[in-house]
Amino acid sequence: MAELFRPASRTQADGIGEVLRAIVGPEHVRIATEEDAVAGIAPLVIVEPANERQVASALRCANQAGLSVIPSGGGTKLDWGNRPRTADVILSTRRLNQVIEHAWADLTVTVEAGCTIAQLQRTLAQHGQRLAIDPLWPERATVGGILATNDSGSLRLAYGALRDLIIGITLALADGTIASSGGKVVKNVAGYDLPKLATGSLGTLGVITRAVFRLHPLPRKSRTLSIPVKDAADMQRVILAILGAQLAPAAVQARSGNVDILLEGTPDGIAAQESAIKEFGVVREGSPAVWKAREELWPPSGAGPIVKFTTLPSGLSAAAARFSRYVVQATGVGFAQFEGDLAGLRAEMERDGGSLTVLGATKLDAWGSPGDALPLMRGVKEQFDPKGTLNPGRFVGGI
Amino acid sequence: MNPNTLQELRGILGPYGLISSSEELRTYECDGLTNFRVIPSAVVLPDSTEQVQAVVRVCHRERIPFVARGSGTGLSGGALPVAGGIVICLARMKRILEVDLVNARVVVEPGVINLEVTGRVASANFFYAPDPSSQSVCSIGGNVAENSGGAHCLKYGFTTTHVLGLEVVLPDGSLVHFGGKTLDAPGYDLAGVFVGSEGTLGIATKITLRIVKRPECVRTLLAAFHSTNEAGAAVSGIIAAGMLPAAIEMMDNLAIQAAEAAVHANYPDCGGLLLVELDGPVAEVDALMTHVDEICRQNGAWEIRVAQSETERALVWKGRKAAFAAMGRISPNYIVQDGVIPRTSLPQILSEIDQLSIETGLRVANVFHAGDGNLHPLVLYDRRIPGQEKAAERLSERILELCIEKGGSITGEHGVGEEKKHMMSKMFAEPDLDTMQRVRCAFDPLQLSNPTKVFPRTRLCGEKPGEYVPHPLEVAGIAERF
Repeated sequence: MAELFRPASRTQADGIGEVLRAIVGPEHVRIATEEDAVAGIAPLVIVEPANERQVASALRCANQAGLSVIPSGGGTKLDWGNRPRTADVILSTRRLNQVIEHAWADLTVTVEAGCTIAQLQRTLAQHGQRLAIDPLWPERATVGGILATNDSGSLRLAYGALRDLIIGITLALADGTIASSGGKVVKNVAGYDLPKLATGSLGTLGVITRAVFRLHPLPRKSRTLSIPVKDAADMQRVILAILGAQLAPAAVQARSGNVDILLEGTPDGIAAQESAIKEFGVVREGSPAVWKAREELWPPSGAGPIVKFTTLPSGLSAAAARFSRYVVQATGVGFAQFEGDLAGLRAEMERDGGSLTVLGATKLDAWGSPGDALPLMRGVKEQFDPKGTLNPGRFVGGI
Repeated sequence: MNPNTLQELRGILGPYGLISSSEELRTYECDGLTNFRVIPSAVVLPDSTEQVQAVVRVCHRERIPFVARGSGTGLSGGALPVAGGIVICLARMKRILEVDLVNARVVVEPGVINLEVTGRVASANFFYAPDPSSQSVCSIGGNVAENSGGAHCLKYGFTTTHVLGLEVVLPDGSLVHFGGKTLDAPGYDLAGVFVGSEGTLGIATKITLRIVKRPECVRTLLAAFHSTNEAGAAVSGIIAAGMLPAAIEMMDNLAIQAAEAAVHANYPDCGGLLLVELDGPVAEVDALMTHVDEICRQNGAWEIRVAQSETERALVWKGRKAAFAAMGRISPNYIVQDGVIPRTSLPQILSEIDQLSIETGLRVANVFHAGDGNLHPLVLYDRRIPGQEKAAERLSERILELCIEKGGSITGEHGVGEEKKHMMSKMFAEPDLDTMQRVRCAFDPLQLSNPTKVFPRTRLCGEKPGEYVPHPLEVAGIAERF
């Protein structure tokens, strides 16, 4: 624990600052202030590299100097995960913000990690396409950030999660290695699938510098419906009925008192699905704004942090009944305001095959049990980042 | 193999679970890629996770390399035995352990045949989406190893999209669990990295699959064009119109001739045949089908048929799925390739393949998953003609180089295996391959699990301090330590 309280030394800051200035230019390094603290841990410097090479050089230098590095994108989820053991250098991907290649006829895009989701989607929309995800805070959240935190959203029901949409990645490792895997084609099984390994790894294996995604066409038409439900059991009944029917909703989510359904496609297809859905409850026209309901959980209401929970579709009502404010997707991924006994609730949810993770800085362990693969996960970390330079202590089991 | 070790294996597996006589071992000398053959020292047929663990522990202790094998239908030599090693054949672990229709999950053992999963849940209107052409015989364990695709992965994704959880015996014999029935388990996505690792990270002994609700309707359209270029333009039109069909397949004239000869699919005799399948709610599919029809006509389709019954549809697919095997009807020998290109490079690469075909005098038939740019050029040759086999190998390798030059991949679904490992350094830089091998070092520091596959050079990982024991591969000079 001694490391936890290591004070940021002025000399250290000057030392690493000088090295980093030589790499990225003096105007792109600044000494950290109190506002830059990550989950209460004060960093020494903030560095903003312009490209992949600079990211790798900055990492290598910090790694050699024995300083920790916290990768940062838009900063919207910087407090997710455990509190870092140290946070010496904040490496911002803010300047790596280009859409490198939108190969629209091939339905793929290569994009730098610091590009915001909204900026990316605007570029893709020029050719009637999109990355079929709806993550939190798209105006500020970056490609690298949503990948590191694995934040896909409710469209996952129809289009898959980030892990299913990412087809290539470039990582800068702690020792300065720049490594790509996957590629630019949708179908590709050459070599190990590092895009998936990096997705959800919270920046503990390397800094994501660019990613390649498969794209989907923007829907011709979309329509949101809402079905009022009287309680959690009713909510589960409606969702299971929709999932069990031969329909093709793009997204289905439940909020307190409502099940929302997103239909996408041709006008005829949407109308036909809508009439089928009427058999499951009283259908109202919904507002597209309901798909932002997840964001409204933040900021947490004092009592406790926001949590992410996972359950099977058959466990939706039991899970939802545990929270007063929640948004849960039909895939069994939910978000809620947490109150009460975290360890007890987590144990219950894990017993049912699910999980409960904390999204925000608290004194509690953010992750819960990663199961019997933890030693192997530590082994992977050891191979990629033997000195524990990247986001030390933030991931499962103290990785 | 050391008789004591054989005795120990027999003790674990019983008298019917060990094969060690040289005639019987020959059955396992290759997989679906028959031009590489190695006779293993022994083959074991475990019927439980415990037996797999016990065998792997022996291998670990004795430093014996092992290769897992399912049905042996792989096309890249992934299940090719390693000299001096053993083959762990999972064919007897073929139980479907759990069917959870409410949550659309099925838990299976690795030897379960792909199509049996769908067979088990079809009456409840579910199916298992990944559909490699060999699906009536290939195993789920093999699909996991290769991250198998199939025609419908354009819409539904590959094996990796449908594998939610894995029970894995690591190369030291320990048992671990990745993912599970729910999504987003805390920690690294080790299921994601395991699927498609071609047996180099351990052996999956239990697999949790996602099944998919069968769409309300499926419509299959067959369109005949004068050329593959016209057919390719129609594919571009369909994509540009914002549609995502369940499958888009293309065959050239030579492939059509072969399929006709083999299964009489009643395909029109044309220069480029397109097979487009749409599925979903009836109203949606009907609206889009009209549009697909228009796009095909605009691009020169001179005949369009929509399968009118499930029987017709099955026949259309039978021709396509039999295309590889059908080559035997028109050529004594052939090489199946599996390159991928960005779809828009299709016309260009086809004309380059034509050119190579003229230069070498070898015929090349083409079958593609046109929607995602996955080419299956079939290089036809006659082994009896001196030099032709070599020429065919060079030609098929040249095609893969063209795929790389266009920003594509050397394999879309068959895997790297033994066949294409030397191509990996053309597709990836040294640091890329090195970084992938870091994963391997975490899983298998002694490099015992299918050790000679995927990577052009097996790199040995720094072992923990202790007495230095040279690795058999090191002794043989085919690996280095770093």
